[in-house]
Amino acid sequence: MTFEAELHAAQGLGSAKSGLRHWLVQRITAALLIPLGVWFVLFFILLLTAPFDVAYGWLSSPWTASLSILFIISSFYHGYLGMQVIWEDYVSRETLKWALILGTKLLSIVAALLAIVSILKIFIS
Amino acid sequence: MVQFRLPPNSKIQKGKRYASPIKGQRMKLFQVYRFDPDTKDNPRWDTYEVNLDECGPMVLDALIKIKNEVDTTLTFRRSCREGICGSCAMNIDGTNTLACIKAIEDCRGDLKITPLPHLYVIKDLVPDLNFAYAQYASIQPWLQSDTPPPPDKERPQSQEEREKLDGLWDCILCFCCTTSCPSYWWSGDRYLGPATLLQSYRWIVDSRDDATGKRLDELEDPFKLYRCHTIMNCTNTCPKNLNPAKAIGEIKKKIAERVG
Repeated sequence: MTFEAELHAAQGLGSAKSGLRHWLVQRITAALLIPLGVWFVLFFILLLTAPFDVAYGWLSSPWTASLSILFIISSFYHGYLGMQVIWEDYVSRETLKWALILGTKLLSIVAALLAIVSILKIFIS
Repeated sequence: MVQFRLPPNSKIQKGKRYASPIKGQRMKLFQVYRFDPDTKDNPRWDTYEVNLDECGPMVLDALIKIKNEVDTTLTFRRSCREGICGSCAMNIDGTNTLACIKAIEDCRGDLKITPLPHLYVIKDLVPDLNFAYAQYASIQPWLQSDTPPPPDKERPQSQEEREKLDGLWDCILCFCCTTSCPSYWWSGDRYLGPATLLQSYRWIVDSRDDATGKRLDELEDPFKLYRCHTIMNCTNTCPKNLNPAKAIGEIKKKIAERVG
C-alpha cells in the first residue's frame, strides 16, 4: 500500500547530472575500434603463422606496441561500458546488479593491465 | 525491470466467439484482448466476426460496431476518430497505433488487438497511463521564461525559429512510441521514454523558452535520458510519422555541446 503521488515517483531521486561521459566514451571507443579491430585481426593472423623471432620482433616495434595497447584499452573500456548497460537493464536485484558492475569493472582492468604489461615486457626486452 | 514471461495471472486464455448477425461478402475475424477487473479470471482472446460490408473502413469503426451491435461490455477509449486526440492508441496487428486511422484493409488475416504493451490494464483495451503522464509532468512541459513578454502582443518568433518546432508540436501524447520501447519496458520506472523526451526537446529548442540549461541538467541522467539505446521502435511505430529517436539524439548532442 502506498499513497505516494505519481509525480513524486516519476521524479525519483532527481537527475544524476551524469551520463554524458559514458555515452561519449562508448562512441569514441567504438569509432576507434573500427580501424584498430581490422588492423588487429589482420596482424593476429600474421602473428599465428610467423616464426617466433619474427613475431617477437614485430611486437618490439614502437608502432605495433602502441597500436596494440590502444586496441586493448579501447576494447576493454568499450566492453566494460556495454556490459554495465546490460547489467543495469537486465538485473533487477540492486545488490546483484552492483556486484556484477563492479566485478566486470575489476575484471576488465586486471585483464587490460595484464595484456598491456605483457606487450610492454616484449617491447622493453 | 526485465521480465521475459508474463506472470501467471496475465496469461491470455481462449475466450468466447461471437458470430456476425448478418453475413456478407467480406467477413473478417477480430481477436480482441479482454480483461475484466471485477473477476479473478485471466485475460482472454474474444473473437468477433465482423461484416465489413456494413462497417466503416477503420479498426475503430469495427470496434464501435462490435460494442454497439454484438458485445456492449467491450471497453476502449476513443474520442476524436481522426487521429488528433490519441485516445484510441492500442496494439493492432502487432504494432502500436491509433485505431481510428488504421485501415482494416491494411491488416491481412485475422486482426489481433491488445492494449498498449507493458502497462497495467484497467479493463479490456484501456491501459493505466497515469505514471507516463506523471513522467510527462516531471519535465515541466510549459514555457518558462524570465524575459517579460511585450506589453501589447504575444512573444514574437521568426519563421525559422518556429520551423524548429515542426515534427515536435505535432505529438499528440498517445504513448504508442513509449510503450513500444523495450528500454521503457525494462526500465520504465526511471527512463522517461520517447514521447516525454520528444516533448522535452520541443521546449529545449523553443526560442522563447529561457530554461534550456535547466532542462538539459534535469535530463542528463543515465536512466532518464541515456536508457535510449537507439532501438528506433518509437520512430517505427509513431502513428503521426514523427521521429522521437531523432529528438532524443538531438538532446544528447546538445548535452555534448555544453562540454566542448
